[in-house]
Amino acid sequence: MAFEKIKRIMAEQLGLSESDITMDTSFEELGVDSLDLFQIIIEIEEEFSVQIEDAESIKTVGEAVRFVEDRVEE
Amino acid sequence: MNKVQVMGTGSYVPPKVVTNNDLSCIVDTSDEWISSRTGIKERRISEGENTSDMASKAALKAIENAGIKAEDIDLIIVGTATPDSFFPSTACIVQSNIKAVNATCFDISAACSGFIYGLDVATQFIRTGSSKTVLVIGAETLSKIINWEDRNTCVLFGDGASAAILKSSDVEGILSIYRGSDGSKGKALVSYAIPVKNPYVSKEFLDKQLDVAIKMDGREVFKFAVKIITQGVEKLLEDANCSLEDIKYIVPHQANCRIIESAAKRLGVSEEKFYLNLSRFGNTSAASVGIALDDMVQQNLLQRGDKILLIGFGGGLTYGGLIIEW
Repeated sequence: MAFEKIKRIMAEQLGLSESDITMDTSFEELGVDSLDLFQIIIEIEEEFSVQIEDAESIKTVGEAVRFVEDRVEE
Repeated sequence: MNKVQVMGTGSYVPPKVVTNNDLSCIVDTSDEWISSRTGIKERRISEGENTSDMASKAALKAIENAGIKAEDIDLIIVGTATPDSFFPSTACIVQSNIKAVNATCFDISAACSGFIYGLDVATQFIRTGSSKTVLVIGAETLSKIINWEDRNTCVLFGDGASAAILKSSDVEGILSIYRGSDGSKGKALVSYAIPVKNPYVSKEFLDKQLDVAIKMDGREVFKFAVKIITQGVEKLLEDANCSLEDIKYIVPHQANCRIIESAAKRLGVSEEKFYLNLSRFGNTSAASVGIALDDMVQQNLLQRGDKILLIGFGGGLTYGGLIIEW
């Protein structure tokens, strides 16, 4: 499930516990800097074999999950 | 084929120290922002010395460290993206400065991979018997091509030069080499040279031309760098028949500590394995790997027989690495 995998990637990258991450969690509120975001996006791209052109438009965990689920269905 | 050894190192950085706090007086940035995103605390900036000046000083130190004379050198290679002039090459100017009267001299353009490519080329010349004693230099005056009003890039770079002497030897010191380029991603990291301008070029065309200031797609470069370090280390170890445990230090291009953090995680190795001094010098492009190497030599961190892995990546996009037995 995309949400579970993305949660795991973020928890690992940011040193958080997975319970802190919900679909509504925004990257901003987690205090993620641009380089953390690079690292998270790279992991997501590799995990799901997708390319995220417009990373700036993904502001919450839910948006990342939806992006991945749309692409993987295709 | 002949064997190759690294016989000496040298480096030179300008005396002027510019700290993160100094930079916060000229652009909207802070020590906290720069340190947390890059690991850089200060860098050296030229107050007038050009690339060939720094390259020559580094060269003289390497020559002394190797216990040779300038006239012993038969090849000088300078990796630089910021030469004093298109011609004479930086290597030719160095030749004149240090009186290496028997050398053939040329620059190579491979951005931050310049020194690594230089070591690679030197190795090939020595292996084939074309050269016996090669001076390889990585030297940059990046302060000339930075947009000092762009807080995203002006905080990253510094000036400096480094050099190494490679000689034909009985002992093989170069255990494996890794090299490659990906020109299709060239636009991710650019510094444009002279635009086409002549009596036949239209004003509209000229108005569209971009200046020399470094322009970078941070995310693409970050992604590329992490991938290269991971792939490069694996390939170099495989070709040299070594494991990570055999390697005393990985000496990466000193671009950004967050790149190293990410790569270390992927390789399953501690960040301590990577020798880093970018906190003091920032990203000095082609000079960075050699400055780190000379730093290690000055601190007596390397003993004969130690294996080190150098890995670089940069504009081009270019990349390369070597495993050296000291």
